[in-house]
Amino acid sequence: MSLLTVIGLLPLISALLIAAIPSKSTGLIKRATFIATSLIAIISISLATGFDKTSTGMQYVQSNPWISSFNINYAVGIDGISLVLILLSTILVPIVVLATWPEADGGRWGAKVFYILILILETMMIGVFAATDLFLFYVFFEAMLIPVYFLIGGFGSGNKSAAAMKFLLYSLFGGLLMLASIIGVYVIAGNQIGATFDLAKLATLQIDNKTENLLFLGFFIAFAIKAPLWPFHTWLPDAAKAASPGTSVLLLGVLDKVGTYGMIRFCIELFPDASKTFTPLIITLAVISIIYGAFMAIGQRDIKGLIAFTSISHFGFITMGIFAMTTQGMSGANLYMVNHGFSTAALFLIAGWMMMRRGSSVIADFGGLQRVTPIMAWTFFIAGMSSLALPGLSSFVSEFLVLVGTYTRYPVAAVIGTLGIVLAALYILIPIQKTLHGPIIDGNEKLTDLSLREKIAIAPVILVIVVMGFYPKPVLDLINPTAEKVVTKAGFTDPAAKVGK
Amino acid sequence: MLIAPSLTYSLLAPILIVLAGALIGVLVEAFLGKTHRPAIQLTISIGSLLLALQQLWQIRDSSSLTAAVNSVTIDKAGIFLQATIVLLSLAAVLLIADQENFVAQASAIPGSIEERSALEQKNQQTEIFPLFLFAVAGMMLFTIASDLITLFVALEVFSLPLYLLAGLSRRRRLLSQEAALKYFLLGAYSSAFFLFGSAFLYGYSGTISLSGISAAAGNGNDIFLLIGIIFVSVGLLFKISAVPFHSWTPDVYQGAPTPITGFMAACTKVAAFGAILRIFYVGFAQSQTQWRPIITVIAIITMLFGSLVAIAQRDVKRMLAYSSIAHAGFLLSGVVALNKDGLAASLFYLFAYGFATLAAFGIITLIRDSTGEVTDLNRWVGLGRKSPLVSAAFAFLLLSFAGIPLTAGFVGKFAIFSAAYKSGNISLVVVGVLASAIAAFFYIRVIIMIFFTDPVNNSVSVIIPSIKSKVSIVASMIISIALGIAPSLVLTTASNFANFVK
Repeated sequence: MSLLTVIGLLPLISALLIAAIPSKSTGLIKRATFIATSLIAIISISLATGFDKTSTGMQYVQSNPWISSFNINYAVGIDGISLVLILLSTILVPIVVLATWPEADGGRWGAKVFYILILILETMMIGVFAATDLFLFYVFFEAMLIPVYFLIGGFGSGNKSAAAMKFLLYSLFGGLLMLASIIGVYVIAGNQIGATFDLAKLATLQIDNKTENLLFLGFFIAFAIKAPLWPFHTWLPDAAKAASPGTSVLLLGVLDKVGTYGMIRFCIELFPDASKTFTPLIITLAVISIIYGAFMAIGQRDIKGLIAFTSISHFGFITMGIFAMTTQGMSGANLYMVNHGFSTAALFLIAGWMMMRRGSSVIADFGGLQRVTPIMAWTFFIAGMSSLALPGLSSFVSEFLVLVGTYTRYPVAAVIGTLGIVLAALYILIPIQKTLHGPIIDGNEKLTDLSLREKIAIAPVILVIVVMGFYPKPVLDLINPTAEKVVTKAGFTDPAAKVGK
Repeated sequence: MLIAPSLTYSLLAPILIVLAGALIGVLVEAFLGKTHRPAIQLTISIGSLLLALQQLWQIRDSSSLTAAVNSVTIDKAGIFLQATIVLLSLAAVLLIADQENFVAQASAIPGSIEERSALEQKNQQTEIFPLFLFAVAGMMLFTIASDLITLFVALEVFSLPLYLLAGLSRRRRLLSQEAALKYFLLGAYSSAFFLFGSAFLYGYSGTISLSGISAAAGNGNDIFLLIGIIFVSVGLLFKISAVPFHSWTPDVYQGAPTPITGFMAACTKVAAFGAILRIFYVGFAQSQTQWRPIITVIAIITMLFGSLVAIAQRDVKRMLAYSSIAHAGFLLSGVVALNKDGLAASLFYLFAYGFATLAAFGIITLIRDSTGEVTDLNRWVGLGRKSPLVSAAFAFLLLSFAGIPLTAGFVGKFAIFSAAYKSGNISLVVVGVLASAIAAFFYIRVIIMIFFTDPVNNSVSVIIPSIKSKVSIVASMIISIALGIAPSLVLTTASNFANFVK
């Protein structure tokens, strides 16, 4: 059994153990979940230490027959791209667990169900990034909707059941389009090389242009809904507003990355020709997402809505980097996925604590937090700066790489994208000014600062944001070889720099 | 001189055993006292079904065209379908044995003094059991019949008991009787269509055997063949409730006693699809260019109509009725595929759908208030809080109907759609996934009602099931869950048994 399988199974086993604890001892449940997920995070880091950075092939592979009639295998393996995303998931989960002790009690079913759902979700998040069998990937891709659905509907606030429904239907619709494409790929494989779902073999298929374009669209729309790209994004603000902060972190920080990850792993690797055909369109959508998300974010009065729309803008950057088809853009997009995961986690968790203390999510209700709760204010400030890609913080590196990578091939898109950074300064600085500075607004005088538990939860996130800003090399070392391979295999070479000759 | 036909009894034994059980059941009704009947009848039913299953296992590798003078074909697919029907019936009979759902005295006028006194005396209509066994035997015969007359006889043998059983609900008797009458009238009408079509096919080919019709294709005026195929199809499409022959389904599903609804929904579908698959794969395969477009259009309409109209339903039994219509559309995709994969996929789908349906209707029988079952979805709100386990089980079944991965419904849909894609019917695949997306909406809405809405009244509760119901529901649930996670065994079996002898 591969270490990958072990790490994937551990959350599920922990969930079964948690299920055995009586629901009333919530303290024990919370501690046990935190310890279990922290251990999983530590074990998963050993994936990275044992990872051969020079090789671009799949590592930690394992393959066992699952449904032999269709030649479906339980096949897992990771390369640099999937490794960093698995690490992102396993590291964020214990942070979310520790950060959400009060919100877990506030839901419909209590802490036990909350943490069991999170643990099940963790298994699926690891599975979705580790799967090297198309069918297995799809199973995780769709099945992970169910725990999230119950997390939003059961533990959210406001119009939560409608938001949960909207989230599920959008995702299911995309997933079913993808299913049609998967069936198409499966049947074509059956005609050419024998029925298989093995990704490496599927990448060798010769598909005629028209079919390939249609199959590509089935996958791409599913991922564009997930990621979410304009105009498929409308579920995200509702879901993010309704979900509890912890759920939002996992939803935007990890789950939405499945969309961008899928674009690389499936859209580009399986359908390189169709990817080329659609690249101009996708780059356009990405640029629209960047600008649209930024403008919408500026107009938000609700903190959660603000973070949701900033994410749409950021996902535009990621998609632009992926489809620029340059090694820099690809590496930058990958790094961006990780960095966005952490900076969104920081924003949502701290915003969640602010809202819990104040009992409101309207930006205008805060004010002067800097004087009342300095630590909370400072951490929120750092998270915000990371979100607007301040040099020295993690997001800057990835945003820079994406823009440079895009500029070499699509200069216009890169220039318009840069406008997104200017707008980012607006949508982050204005809310920060309103919430943290200025006079203390009535009702905020007695807010308490972060507790020890909250400080412990947020410290590693801030640490990652700062360290990755100055020294992103370890992560880039993992990503670069795979990113290069993806670009070359899709038939692209980096354009020579046009300047300086 | 009359020569007695030679019968291969061992190959016919599964059906004969069930029929014998039914006849013994009739004798029990005639000669035994009221007090012992329920237990004895249940024993006879379970016993004969188990014996039939054992006999099917014995003949699992046999195949014969002449087991009963060319009128039935024993082959792999037939044996799989028969075994599916027997297994589903075993689960169904345990639900049916809960007499709580049935009328005390069927002949009493609803609301009359006789009815009340029958209820007070705790009368039971144990005739249900022989009727049930007759229906099972008819269904088994329907899946292996290979000439039009035997098909018609089998159709009537399983339909007539169902008409009666549909009218035996203990509560809301008028609704139940109305359902029975509607089912009977429309059923008789569709049988007439079937016969009419058979006459055309006989006129065209000069034979009633399916293989003979297949051989004669192209040798005459094809318009008669087409008319024959269309009318025979109408009779069959009525039984599987394909649009536009579906209008009886919601009323009958709603009115019939819930265990009977479960039995009908699961087993009738298997039997009718078994017959459809055999007729189209064996009898009409040569003339596929003529009927395939028609059935494709019907499949598309059925999928979309079932999924769309289900959204508007407020009664859980009616909703499942429209869901069964949509599923009939998905299954028709397997018929249109007309390849071995399509057959194998249909066999698996029927097996998986049957158990999920039985479990779902089994759970519906548990949700009651003081006047009986509560099928109004608006009164199911907040059920998740009162009874998390039963609600979770029902939610799982809904997700399976919706075809979410890791459920049996998903594996079945994948199998059917990939067979349809392989046969070149890509439009069916696209419509199928769209219909699935629409269908997901109403399944998930029910989950919202159960889990995310607070209960408004406390009159609705989940009763503790009797041991029989419990065994039936738990067994069906286990099978449904197992088929989702590890479908390999049944899929491989279905694929090994996906073979019609011509």
